[in-house]
Amino acid sequence: MLYNEPSPLEVRVLTRRFGLPNSASIDTYLATDGYKALEKAFDMTPDEIIEEVKTSNLRGRGGAGFPTGMKWGFVPRNSPKPKYIVVNGDESEPGTCKDRLLIENDPHQLIEGVLIAALAVGASRGWIYIRGEYRYLIEIMDKAIAEAYARGYLGKNILGRGFDFDLHTHTGAGAYECGEESALLESLEGKRGVPRIRPPFPAVSGAFQCPTILNNVETFSAVPAIIRDGGAAFAALGTPKNGGTRLFCLSGHVNKPGVYELPMGFNLLRMINEVGGGVRGGRALKAVIPGGSSCPILKAEECDLPMDYDSLAKAKSMLGSGGVIVMDETTDMVKAALRIMKFYQHESCGWCIPCREGTTWLKKLLTRMDEGRGSSNDIDLIADLAKNMLGRTFCPLGDAAAMPTISIVEKFREEFEAKLAASRTQSKFVVV
Amino acid sequence: MTFSPKLEEKFAALLTHYPEGRQRAALIPMLLYAQDEVGAITPELVEEVAKRCGVTPLQVDEVVGYYSMLHRKPLGKYHIQVCTNISCMLVGGEELFEHACKKLGIGHKQVTPDGLFSLEEVECMGACSWAPAIQIGYEFHHKVTPEKLDELIEALRKIQ
Amino acid sequence: MADLINLTIDGKAIQVPAGTLVIDAAKKVGIEIPAFCYYEGLSLQAACRMCLVEVEKAPKLLAACTLPVAEGMVVHTDSPAVQKARKYTLEFLLTNHPLDCPVCDKGGECELQDMVFRYGAGESRFTEVKQHVDEKQWSPIVFYDAPRCILCYRCVRICNEGMGVGALGITNRGVTAEITPSHGDHLECDECGMCIDICPVGALTSGTYRYKTRPWEMQHVGTICTHCSNGCKTTLGVRNNQIVRANNRDRSGINGEFLCIKGRYAFDFNNHPDRLQSPLMRVGSQFEPISWAQALEIVSKKFQEVRERNGKFGIIGSNHTTNEENYYLQKFARQGLGTNNIDHRRTGDVVSLIDALSGASGKLAQFSDLYSTKAALVISSDLSQQHPLLAFQLRANYRHHQMKMYAVTPGPVREDKYAARSIRVEPGGELQAVESLRDELKANGELLVIFGDAIKGEGVRKLVSFGESLGIPVKYLALVDYSNSRGALDMGMVPELLPGYRPASENGLEPGLNMNEMLAAPDLDVLWVVGENPLENRAPASDRTFIVVQDMFLTETAQYASIVLPSASAYEKTGTVTNVTGEVQRLKRGPKTMGAKPDLEIFGLIAKGMGLNLGTWTPDAVFEEIRQTVRGYNVPLPVIATGGAAQTAPVNGRVPVQVRPELIRSAGDTLYTSGSLGRYSKTLSAVVEAPGALYKP
Repeated sequence: MLYNEPSPLEVRVLTRRFGLPNSASIDTYLATDGYKALEKAFDMTPDEIIEEVKTSNLRGRGGAGFPTGMKWGFVPRNSPKPKYIVVNGDESEPGTCKDRLLIENDPHQLIEGVLIAALAVGASRGWIYIRGEYRYLIEIMDKAIAEAYARGYLGKNILGRGFDFDLHTHTGAGAYECGEESALLESLEGKRGVPRIRPPFPAVSGAFQCPTILNNVETFSAVPAIIRDGGAAFAALGTPKNGGTRLFCLSGHVNKPGVYELPMGFNLLRMINEVGGGVRGGRALKAVIPGGSSCPILKAEECDLPMDYDSLAKAKSMLGSGGVIVMDETTDMVKAALRIMKFYQHESCGWCIPCREGTTWLKKLLTRMDEGRGSSNDIDLIADLAKNMLGRTFCPLGDAAAMPTISIVEKFREEFEAKLAASRTQSKFVVV
Repeated sequence: MTFSPKLEEKFAALLTHYPEGRQRAALIPMLLYAQDEVGAITPELVEEVAKRCGVTPLQVDEVVGYYSMLHRKPLGKYHIQVCTNISCMLVGGEELFEHACKKLGIGHKQVTPDGLFSLEEVECMGACSWAPAIQIGYEFHHKVTPEKLDELIEALRKIQ
Repeated sequence: MADLINLTIDGKAIQVPAGTLVIDAAKKVGIEIPAFCYYEGLSLQAACRMCLVEVEKAPKLLAACTLPVAEGMVVHTDSPAVQKARKYTLEFLLTNHPLDCPVCDKGGECELQDMVFRYGAGESRFTEVKQHVDEKQWSPIVFYDAPRCILCYRCVRICNEGMGVGALGITNRGVTAEITPSHGDHLECDECGMCIDICPVGALTSGTYRYKTRPWEMQHVGTICTHCSNGCKTTLGVRNNQIVRANNRDRSGINGEFLCIKGRYAFDFNNHPDRLQSPLMRVGSQFEPISWAQALEIVSKKFQEVRERNGKFGIIGSNHTTNEENYYLQKFARQGLGTNNIDHRRTGDVVSLIDALSGASGKLAQFSDLYSTKAALVISSDLSQQHPLLAFQLRANYRHHQMKMYAVTPGPVREDKYAARSIRVEPGGELQAVESLRDELKANGELLVIFGDAIKGEGVRKLVSFGESLGIPVKYLALVDYSNSRGALDMGMVPELLPGYRPASENGLEPGLNMNEMLAAPDLDVLWVVGENPLENRAPASDRTFIVVQDMFLTETAQYASIVLPSASAYEKTGTVTNVTGEVQRLKRGPKTMGAKPDLEIFGLIAKGMGLNLGTWTPDAVFEEIRQTVRGYNVPLPVIATGGAAQTAPVNGRVPVQVRPELIRSAGDTLYTSGSLGRYSKTLSAVVEAPGALYKP
């Protein structure tokens, strides 16, 4: 089982079974209050379930942070079409590795969350879309699903309550873009992972053009606790409007990288120093990307802030997917900007012009800059091109590529200039 | 074209996982699982999967071209994927990839002449907190150092 | 009327139906929002981002092509933010676009050039290396240059949605994404070239036109395709009296952007080296070129001599000649030569249909019905192969209005792909199959019945009585083969009918011989064949017959001729033709001819040589006579003079003549054949390996 040593500062709600022997088995799950929330949900009306989720202030853990209860409420009740649940397990945002743990250590918690969502909207079928690289998780999930069928938690007449629900895993095959919900639905339907024109949103027309609840693994995994202990209890763990806990993935230059479940609003500097054991080698902190590589970077001096959606928005960044990437004073920010752009360039689906061409141009520019072949105009050009992508692309991938770039250039311009200066002193004019 | 009985069984089940008339949904899983067995997405495989999912070969080709895990050419027996994305880069992912190139004498998306190894520099594989990470086939290896990579490669050579 | 929505675009208050897209709403008030991927009638993409507009209260710019109007919406299409977005989207687009405009086929008529000119920056900040991929040839016709491609997906959509073929897709992703053909490295498709003409840039080019000329070196002549009966407008690009290309990029005519391989590429028969350049006279077993004056004198004298001794004439006209020529030819026969022995190859039973519908009005289908009907029943025609425009319109109706398609055919057809029901029948079983659809057809509340030559004579009457028994509005369309097959019937180019479907008995002449009878008659003195090849597979009944042939080529029939007169093609003359749905459209002369003359002029000169007074032989004068005298042809002149299609209204009464169903037979041409014309098209012969007819009728 992949799992890091827990921190005493953690508040373990979703990760409470992590580290238990056979934590993924249904027996362990049942022995630790498993499927109790489902039983409770059977005695609630759909409205009560949705209301409880709203009360919890749970917001989407995939990156966008949309209020979950509200999203569920958008599913039309009277639609004659079947309704579906889709779990986004395409975890691909650089710096993010939490859904992997949730599936590996506690697959039944996810299944239970899905079942409660299904009850809330009357869904009959669901799919857990898992990125292709996570093949072993598909095997774990399939095993858990088989156990759930065998024990009557999936299939016909669940728990004898006259409710039918089928659940399947579905593998991706390598595409970051499929983490975008409408692209994921295209991929689920056997097509290229190109986003859909929205509206309609998945709640109205999602998988197979039917009303669909689509949430991240972590979002669904939070639902059993919310129903079991009440939405208010979950909300109380976090800050107002930012309910509960969330899984933060500490990576980069920290002494104890790992996935830690902390209350919403946990201070970022404390997270690095107290949970993550401080910056590696006693070096000084230089910057942090707080929520996966799409988020604008924070300079060290900006890091004394609570990690919740609103505080990060105020700091002009985002909580994103919980990938906290820590960079120490030795980090080459030009290289970091290049590596991030290289990723988005590789993952751009190519559908729209600004993203397809913008990421490619920026990658070429940043490569040149990094190799010491830049010119003084290039720094402004990098920022300007990124701004020309921002808000103009077909889907948020363009923004995801633009935002970190703009922030790195703005906040670490001197590093770009230093690179230029260094290359000027090194190079001589060469007559070809 | 037929597959092993186990895979055929899997495919038969797979086609029941989607609403009636929407069997195209099985396309991507089918391609990936078939590639695992066949070794590459061959034109015959494209035809076969198209037939089974009720689409045209062109519609399959479109999908094959899109997903980075689908390969038209065979990979090595052991496909070594080194992540160099930001979290891994910060702790030596790029150096690890360079080391792998030297060790195997091949570059990105190349295969050793004996067909044993292939190498790919890949994007974030979801092992950021245990970086630098690699995957050999579908198997994860965490906190990989150049020495550890050498050991892994040597061990695989021995199995072979 | 749908709910109306009020909104403001660039300060102009407008009212449009709910659901209208902002890009279309803007067009209504004369505001153009630029776009590459948006293409009216095809699915929405929102990919090119050129149409971003500013909407008050929206946090960012929105794509006008996918934005439905909303009450009180305030849109700015030319604000500084919008201008900037356009400028920089174009800058992005040009980063990988090779700036090879000086040698690019699209140069001068390229939408990207136009956009950059209007909205782009004067300079580029891009100094990196461009992505290069080599150009590919996918078929004799289609070439693809990926670096020029801007990925607007118009080609993919027109092929898939418009043509129902689906031969183009998208492969790879990101900056390496490109269009890919159906079969790995090559295309297997209709070779219609729709993808090429719909391409806004020079990414898709045609083997027939590429690198031949600059667009501004051509004259652009809008005329009507001379191949099948559907009557597509085609714009010829003419340089130095040669047709260099044909397209319909201006979406004019009844066909909009549609053209099939024949309309777009099979103009090349016109430049074929075998075209006859001068009159020929048989001398022994050889032909010798003679002058027009000599040839006309010989023919006139012979005709004069035969007429004077009351000899026997046989006249066979064409499905491709103009209404004016057909009218003049039958007048020549009847008034000039005193005979009803005039016929042409009949390809569909329009006559029985008109007769069966006598007394009922509005029952003959018009072209617009194809796009508006709630249901269509296609009987015994491989529509996509034989009547590609009709098939295209029905597909559009299905896409846009969910029309119900029913196909009753002997073999599989493309219409099966979207048909509500497809029934396979043996010849003769059609009406029984149709009967089995009775309840379903009735339930649709409206029906368009389209039938091929398998339904004729009594079959037409039975079909009409079936249709009329449904109790819903039903319209009918009898399919015919060629560009003026319908006009040939309308103009009375049959022994039993005068122009306007009046019985020939009215003229007091003896009943005429039909084509088979003429060809079999041993005592025929003169056989005059105009643009037809009746002796393709048979010899003349008598070697005494003086045979005059007017044609573009030395056909099998011409080989038997005493005199061969080289005629101009439809692209070399003016006049009108009537399409399968009865719309009259005007041909416009493209290239000038050197040796050949339009058939009408030849008729006039022969008449003159004989001293006959059959009236002025200019197309305009003859058409005026047609308007005055032929029932249903009193169409408004301005409509056709401006390149429009004018609906004819054939007689609404009994046509009391004996129709000979055995004479009616469609040639069963496919997309790649066009009677004897097709043989002289290099393009059509180049793609014979492409899938041909799905079945032979």
